[in-house]
Amino acid sequence: MSLKEKAAITGVGETKYTRMSGKSVLALQLEASLNAIADAGLSPKEIDGIIPYSNSLVVAEDFVTNFGISDLRFSATAPLGGASCVAAIQCALLAISGGVCSNVLIPIGRNGSSAGRIGTRVQQMPQFKVVGEHEMPVGAIAPAQLYAPMARRHMELFGTTSLQLGEIAVSTRHNAILNGNGMMTRPLTLEDHQASRMISDPLRLYDCSLESDGGAAIVVSGADRANDLGKPPVYIMGVAEGHPDSPSVITQRPDLTRLGIAKAAPKAFAMAGVSPGDIDVAEIYDCFTYIVLCQLEDLGFCKKGEGGPFVASGAIRLGGELPINTHGGLLSQAHMVGMNHIVELVRQLRGEAGKAQVRGAEIGLVTGYGDMGDGSVAIMRKG
Amino acid sequence: MTAEAYLKPVPEPTYESKPYWDGLKSGRLLLQKCGQCGKIRHYPRPVCDVCYSFEVRWIEASGLGTVHSWTITHHAFNPGFKLELPYILVTVDLEEGVRMQVPLRGAKETDVKLGLPVRIIFEQVKPDLVTPACVTAS
Repeated sequence: MSLKEKAAITGVGETKYTRMSGKSVLALQLEASLNAIADAGLSPKEIDGIIPYSNSLVVAEDFVTNFGISDLRFSATAPLGGASCVAAIQCALLAISGGVCSNVLIPIGRNGSSAGRIGTRVQQMPQFKVVGEHEMPVGAIAPAQLYAPMARRHMELFGTTSLQLGEIAVSTRHNAILNGNGMMTRPLTLEDHQASRMISDPLRLYDCSLESDGGAAIVVSGADRANDLGKPPVYIMGVAEGHPDSPSVITQRPDLTRLGIAKAAPKAFAMAGVSPGDIDVAEIYDCFTYIVLCQLEDLGFCKKGEGGPFVASGAIRLGGELPINTHGGLLSQAHMVGMNHIVELVRQLRGEAGKAQVRGAEIGLVTGYGDMGDGSVAIMRKG
Repeated sequence: MTAEAYLKPVPEPTYESKPYWDGLKSGRLLLQKCGQCGKIRHYPRPVCDVCYSFEVRWIEASGLGTVHSWTITHHAFNPGFKLELPYILVTVDLEEGVRMQVPLRGAKETDVKLGLPVRIIFEQVKPDLVTPACVTAS
């Protein structure tokens, strides 16, 4: 049985993205969720499935309590770090198409800026335990350091340059300024990127994503109901998750230049019945510029090793052949663990993306990347 | 002599990895070799992913390898590393077919390249802890 278009995203919502929210993580998630539920034209009491984010302390019960939900039929978590939000769409699709529930809320929210440095918190996460034992004690502590060897090897094997990574930072910043809810509001040039301080070579400051406070949420509903709700549905054509070889430790991975999404992408494209050339707009998880470049290759938008020239050609800019991160991404809008990428894709496919609207966008793609290389990808079309 | 606080993260050896950490204390790089099929694995874990045997024979590695990739860190994500900035971390392909990530000592940033031969060394960082590092091998 194909699950293609058995469910749709029916609602999306966000809070303001800031450096200091002054609100609890739960309040941020509830606010974003109420916005998403209202966007779908639903009552909070009609939510009967919840997939909370496994790395925050918020649980499904918090939504039951605060929204007075009387019959929650499904809850689960998708613990794939930054790949969680898109992977949760797969969970929601399975639960809905299996008849377990009808409207699944997928919320996220964090005080990632005001409540503690993201870079130093990771060592407390269970999925980092092997790295915590063997690599953090010798100085490889933060994601920038753990991921940098992947970027360095890509550069050495394929000739990828820091300037090419900079193009990703620059075009993403351009889009964040158009968005209106982006934390970064000043233009960035390639010179600014090259002048920014080195964090862990080859990753400079502007190769790294933001630390943000805020919340974002989506509602996934059965396709049978989706047409009768508040907004035109955005159908889920294909979705998949993929885990890289040696998923807990990058050091031991046979091929450092291949991420988990390389396994997920063929499945998602096959389910959707489309190919990379059919994608009008893509929101690519961008915790670091290099991770964007590698995913573009693993997704098949260009060949392995050709990501550098591909991005430098202007292909990923608004007006290019594959506009990406039209909201400003994690690099320049906010680090909402990629939920903001899903929100943006839905807006693009509804024609609600404002100044960053890609004309005639009908089919789009969104990815997640998490922990040491987990990947997730969803392909959607306008209803 | 005043004991300065040790700020760097400290490993918490597991049941499976304790022999590895004990080996480092005695200046030996020990690796798990499957007691049944002979596959060498690292970092230490409970079961062989080829034959699923829990039997382990610890072997002493040569400590020789080559650089598979690297990063040069310019930002202290932990205050314990502040005085070492910038420092080079290399991903090492050991002769035995597994990798480890360790700091490269005594080398210039411009010396590092893919395939650079290195040798594992042992650093006593506190009285009860030895961590691995490496130097360029001639």
